[in-house]
Amino acid sequence: MLSIKDLVASVEEKQILKGLNFEVKPGEVHAIMGPNGSGKSTLASVLAGREEYEVNSGSVTFNGEDLLEMSPEDRARAGIFLAFQYPVEIPGVSNANFLKTAVNEVRKSKGLEALDSKQFLKVMQEKMKLVEMDKTMTQRSVNEGFSGGEKKRNEIFQMAMLEPSLAILDETDSGLDIDALRIVSNGVNALRDGKRSFIVITHYQRLLDYIVPDHVHVLYKGRIVKSGPKELALELEEKGYDWIKEEVDSSVNA
Amino acid sequence: MSTSTLNNSSAESFTQAVDHFRELYGNHLPAQKSLQADAAAVFIQLGIPTTKHEEWKYTSLAVLAKNTYRSVNPSDNCSLSKSDVASLALTNDTLLYVIENGKFNASASNANALPKGITVGSLAEMAGDARVQAHLMKHADFSDESLVALNTALTFDGIVIIADAKTECATPIQIAVVNNTAGEALNIPVRILVIAEKNAIVNVTETHHSFGSKSPVLVNVVSEVVIAEQARVNYIKLQDEDQNTCHVNYHKVNMARDSYQHISTLTWGGGLVRNNLNIRLDDVNCTSYLNGLTIAKDYQVIDHHTVVDHAMPNCYSNELYKGIIDGHAQGVFNGKIFVRKDAQKTNAFQSNKNVLLSDDASMNAKPQLEIFADDVKCSHGATTGQIDEEALFYLRARGIGEVSGRALLNHAFAADVIEQIPDENLKSALLDRLTARLNA
Repeated sequence: MLSIKDLVASVEEKQILKGLNFEVKPGEVHAIMGPNGSGKSTLASVLAGREEYEVNSGSVTFNGEDLLEMSPEDRARAGIFLAFQYPVEIPGVSNANFLKTAVNEVRKSKGLEALDSKQFLKVMQEKMKLVEMDKTMTQRSVNEGFSGGEKKRNEIFQMAMLEPSLAILDETDSGLDIDALRIVSNGVNALRDGKRSFIVITHYQRLLDYIVPDHVHVLYKGRIVKSGPKELALELEEKGYDWIKEEVDSSVNA
Repeated sequence: MSTSTLNNSSAESFTQAVDHFRELYGNHLPAQKSLQADAAAVFIQLGIPTTKHEEWKYTSLAVLAKNTYRSVNPSDNCSLSKSDVASLALTNDTLLYVIENGKFNASASNANALPKGITVGSLAEMAGDARVQAHLMKHADFSDESLVALNTALTFDGIVIIADAKTECATPIQIAVVNNTAGEALNIPVRILVIAEKNAIVNVTETHHSFGSKSPVLVNVVSEVVIAEQARVNYIKLQDEDQNTCHVNYHKVNMARDSYQHISTLTWGGGLVRNNLNIRLDDVNCTSYLNGLTIAKDYQVIDHHTVVDHAMPNCYSNELYKGIIDGHAQGVFNGKIFVRKDAQKTNAFQSNKNVLLSDDASMNAKPQLEIFADDVKCSHGATTGQIDEEALFYLRARGIGEVSGRALLNHAFAADVIEQIPDENLKSALLDRLTARLNA
């Protein structure tokens, strides 16, 4: 589904990703962990198509297509969803209107008819339950005045509405209390259907108690330096990142 | 009067422009004869303002020197019919009146069921009426406003709306002001008088449109709105003319105690548009809302000058102006708030926010607060920026295309002004027109 080969990317002339290789198959949940500054959010930004990130070399294909050639909107229409670490507030655009526009643009790109207001409302009401959203949140302006937890729930709600085939969660757990973490994780788990894939980017193992990954990868200095089963996350929680840093740094120096 | 006497303008280029207003004043309204003569003399003395004039620093009327404008007069006939103007009505229930080239066009107007206590009519016919005489040309001071003087000198018709005491008229009364040209450049004075008597409520919408050959025109509008004790006036101006129109608009509101007024000035047409809004809170407990919207593109120049004059205690004013400027267009906002010595416990707020969509677009914003009372709450803020790229990326990351995303953000930014309009039907009609304008 997603295949990243030797990806080198920089922001403001500073190289962050330095030859990253990574493969995601349908239905898989991959956790990407790593210390601060290792390139986790850069990876998310490059996949979503942020223009300020420059890809210097390497390739990213999504369902056989060159992802790097696609605009951010085309990536979304093709089935990639990024849950933002810092969701943006958009005054004056209601959540419902925003989502209706988005859902219908995605449908249009697939040759499907636009949902009318009634159909849209029905879908919206179903999906709202997933993340325990109340109606007022859909009528408010996108993320405006939302608490940290509400913003993250809104991200998962949008994901549920847009039904992507690959969802990238960029530090979705940051700033969440335990209740919000539970709600957000339940939403994500409800969307695990054996076909949809997830890349869960996180600094802490805590989230992975709720969203149990198939694979865990450690990103350090712009590369994946260690991969393993879900137990790797527990090991990292216990021992921290220093032992991995030492391993990598000594092998580089050798 | 011969045109040779009009050479008093301070700048040479405009001497010529003034020259171009042949038949300067017609002395058309017998009851206002001396006022019209005074106004003509004032205009001759002041001439057309140049950019050396502090109030006209950013807005040049040099365009007026490019054409010879004939001033319209009572012998010009109206040609538009009901069907020509049907699409101008903002809502289905609107009481539509048409002013065509300054003249009240009764046959194009469509207002059968006028509520009891509401009088609407041609200014030419009503200028002698006692209530009209008491107010017409008495509020819009022309002594230092040359374009108000020009309008006052040339006025031969227009519209009068009177709401008798205790009359409540929720149905919008729409004045469709149409310039309808046939190859000739025209100078069109438009005069509007609205009187809301004690406890009356009235809802007036003044819309501006271009018909015909799209020849250059100067549309010079002066509205006087008189609001008596406890009366309420909701007013909307929609300026949607073609870009050959130079539109100057002077709107004077006089508020008595416990009165309320809400005005929205929505400007997205016209080549050069200058709005002067002058609200005088002349007694205690007045509430005044002034909202405005500029949507400019190409080489449009759209200028909003507002004056909120707090003369007496315990009044409230709130002002929200926004602008979206694209292309080579130029926006101007100048918002003056006076709080006079007696105006204790005044609450006066002003906010001006602008978005520039291109490198060549420009905005000049100048808030001006002059406060002479000591127990007041006043604030102002002005910002000019670009479209929020983070917000745009967020929309695109959800599958919304760049063009639609920009339109959605611009619409949200501008809709904020229209959302303040109290009447739900007018609000929704204007939001639709805003969408159409942003997609044009």
